Amino acid sequence: MSILGTRVVRTEDPKILTVGGTYVDDLREPELQGAARVIFVRSPIAHARITGIDTADALQAPGVVAVLTAADMDDLGPPPPPAEPGAGEAAPMPLGGPWQEPLLAFDRVRFVGEPVAIVVCDDSYSGADAAELVSVDYEPLDPVVTLDDALTDSTLLFPDAGSNVAVKAGGPADADAFDGCEVVVERTIINQRLAAMPMEGRAVAACFADGKLTAWVSTQNAQIARFILAGAFGMDPAGIRVVAPDVGGGFGAKVGIDRDGIIVAWAARRLGRAVRWAETRSENLVAMTQGRAQRHLIKLGGTRDGHILAYHLDVIQDTGAYPRMTGFLAFLTSLMAAGAYDIPKVQTAARTVVTNTTPISAYRGAGRPEATAAIERAVDLFAAEIGMDPGEVRRINLVAPDKFPFQSPSGALYDSGDYAAALDKVLAGAGYQELRAEQAGRRERGDTVALGIGLSSYVEITAADAAGGETGRLDVHDDGTATVYTGSSAHGQGHHTTWAMLVESELGIPMDKVTVIHGDTDLIPLAIGTYGSRSLQLGGVAVQKAAWEVKDQAKAVAADMMEASEADLELDAETGLWQVRGDPATAKSWAEVATHAGAEGLTASVNYTEGAPTFPFGAHVAVVEVDTETGKVRLVRHVTVDDAGTIISPLQAEGQRHGGIAQGAAQALQEEVVYDRQGNPQTGTLVDYAAISAPDLPSFELLSMQTPTPVNALGVKGIGEAGTIGATPAVQNAVIDAVSHLGVRHIDMPTTPSRVWAAINEARGL
Amino acid sequence: MDITLSVNGSEVKADVADRMLLVHFIREHLNLTATKVGCDTSSCGACTVLLDGQSVKSCTVLAAQADGRAVTTIEGLANGSGEWHPVQRAFRAEHGAQCGFCTSGMVMAAVSLLSENDSPTEDEVRSALEGNLCRCTGYHNIVRAVLAASASEGTGE
Repeated sequence: MSILGTRVVRTEDPKILTVGGTYVDDLREPELQGAARVIFVRSPIAHARITGIDTADALQAPGVVAVLTAADMDDLGPPPPPAEPGAGEAAPMPLGGPWQEPLLAFDRVRFVGEPVAIVVCDDSYSGADAAELVSVDYEPLDPVVTLDDALTDSTLLFPDAGSNVAVKAGGPADADAFDGCEVVVERTIINQRLAAMPMEGRAVAACFADGKLTAWVSTQNAQIARFILAGAFGMDPAGIRVVAPDVGGGFGAKVGIDRDGIIVAWAARRLGRAVRWAETRSENLVAMTQGRAQRHLIKLGGTRDGHILAYHLDVIQDTGAYPRMTGFLAFLTSLMAAGAYDIPKVQTAARTVVTNTTPISAYRGAGRPEATAAIERAVDLFAAEIGMDPGEVRRINLVAPDKFPFQSPSGALYDSGDYAAALDKVLAGAGYQELRAEQAGRRERGDTVALGIGLSSYVEITAADAAGGETGRLDVHDDGTATVYTGSSAHGQGHHTTWAMLVESELGIPMDKVTVIHGDTDLIPLAIGTYGSRSLQLGGVAVQKAAWEVKDQAKAVAADMMEASEADLELDAETGLWQVRGDPATAKSWAEVATHAGAEGLTASVNYTEGAPTFPFGAHVAVVEVDTETGKVRLVRHVTVDDAGTIISPLQAEGQRHGGIAQGAAQALQEEVVYDRQGNPQTGTLVDYAAISAPDLPSFELLSMQTPTPVNALGVKGIGEAGTIGATPAVQNAVIDAVSHLGVRHIDMPTTPSRVWAAINEARGL
Repeated sequence: MDITLSVNGSEVKADVADRMLLVHFIREHLNLTATKVGCDTSSCGACTVLLDGQSVKSCTVLAAQADGRAVTTIEGLANGSGEWHPVQRAFRAEHGAQCGFCTSGMVMAAVSLLSENDSPTEDEVRSALEGNLCRCTGYHNIVRAVLAASASEGTGE
């Protein structure tokens, strides 16, 4: 029996559980002996001109090696020329041109936390003291904090750009779009800004020796980081080695390497001294990219018997101080606007807007959770308006299973699915009818603790850049062991375990004889790495295909050894033995075959590109209790069906779902990055940012459903982001459902006690 | 100042700055890097170690305060023959670690909990871990692991 689909504990765990892994700041490489610490001097003001920087006092402080500002970056070329107008609006790349983001700020600062200078010091304690001595003169400018501020264009972040709107797409609904609708619901809703907050913040260690730059980076993509560094420094990529050691979570905020990381690597080159930087949480919460930050105007119309006919979604993306993702996030939201529904007319409009806040980038789901939150809220508003059960409205409108592949009205080609089956399964698993009866009973009794039941049906897109592909190389050695070099990059997803399972399944080489290597550009120069739930379906399939190629090579070698026809040979994938079909006496081990292969060896390199993205789907039911006297919400159950095609590692697929559900619930319940009117972060430490913790959550109830995709040989789709996509609207809908009998139709996220209490009072006319 | 303490059963003598935090002493002076720094407000628990058998956040203790006391980090949790602690075993069996950055602190907090309450309820486990943040697991499998270590292995001693 194949090991695939069975419960396998992780190969990564022994190192984590005994010595705690090796993250960037744990590295004790010889090259980093005596490395100096980099301490950032960051802007304390949201929007200002820099009129002077005085580093003299800091330079005199004990232990200080250097204090560097933009003026010291004279070894770097000018920024790249602006892209062609309109080019790559949907590409997740910095916009450039008049929107160019500097490395160290030189004339202006545009958000609190923006890097202005660095102190390089023998130790971090002295460095922090010295950083206090760097004196920067700021001439404050009017801060542009809210979307409404930005849209007036009365103060511009980038005067040369002429507007605070960086990217526009789509437009208003056609005049006749809602003709024939008996009921139309319309509302502005907020998809609030969140901190990505991986437990390990950003970290870089770097050294420059003999013309070669080596950077250890806490990244999801060592190879992209190298590409970025090469561009920033005008270096040949071959002169740069980037290593991703153990990485303590990424969630989209560690794609490649960002501005701060580039500065640290530059300092190593500039000073010719090894340096290291591991940001503090207080830095992380203002200077690592954040996520979501969209405002939606949703408009949905249909018939009184529940058929949705038209939907318009107007997205305003707050991209923070610099458009690092161009219009990509709003593009993905627009692409997935129609959700899991077969709606005749769907149109979208999107604007991406700069504000004097921390830059926005990908965060677990990156545009898709926002799309799902919008349509799922709209469907519930519609259901409430026509007085129909939200489950029934969904069932009527979900894409039917016989329609795949389905061209969605917002532009995506959904590969496969049975959305109604997922909904029915989760409703049955949750005991939906019983929950409704319990809810009715509480309402009849006048129970002050109300029960809320929230639904979401979702479809999402994974490996959206399938054509970008991923690399995988497999070597089988003379001793019968194997080494995988994968372009995918793990930061908690357990690729080392899963890739070894794939090799064992294909070749019969046991997992404990398979070494998996990732994230070292000297060993794996060509790769993309991890984001967008792409790893298994691209990097995993690449390993599978490399195994097939190695198997073909081995068959030829074994045929030569056994003086048999290749057609007569078989590999027993259970034992890992080659033999003439039906003749165990001829059996040869992988070690024997690999040895016989000689100098050529058994090795295959694959760059696997996929013809199309895949579209995982599912349905969630959240159950909450709301204290109607205080507004306090407790999530008591969360039940999900998440269909990501064939499951290779059920243990880890469940783990991915758990983590996503928690982050999704966190958005609905409590997490929010907040600024005051001057653009000062109000959630700059973990005392103030309401990161979700164990007592805030129940254990989750996961139901299994697997609809293999026809897109790849493994039948797999991505599972990493399903949780945030499905959970957030289910929990938000549950909170609103709990108090719907009081007349509440909507509560923006996070549904904090004060918001819920205010909504109840407003509905009651208090 | 000069301090003498026991770390994972071995005596350590050092001259430390007054303001040196215990977590930095452990990481930078002793090169025991399993204990992590995850925040700067004593909120995340990644730096949790045992001080005389009780969990503390080592970012909130000065190295000087550990003078004369016994510190245990996850590197010292296995017994003398290298056999893993029941909580370590349970974290692996139940897939309680993903990225692993919170894991050392989480395990040490769980060990401390089980030494005080050998059969906690799920709610008690969740409350006890309130000061330990994890961003990957949704706490689901961490809670399962702690419960498994308690039910199957007793107090974890």
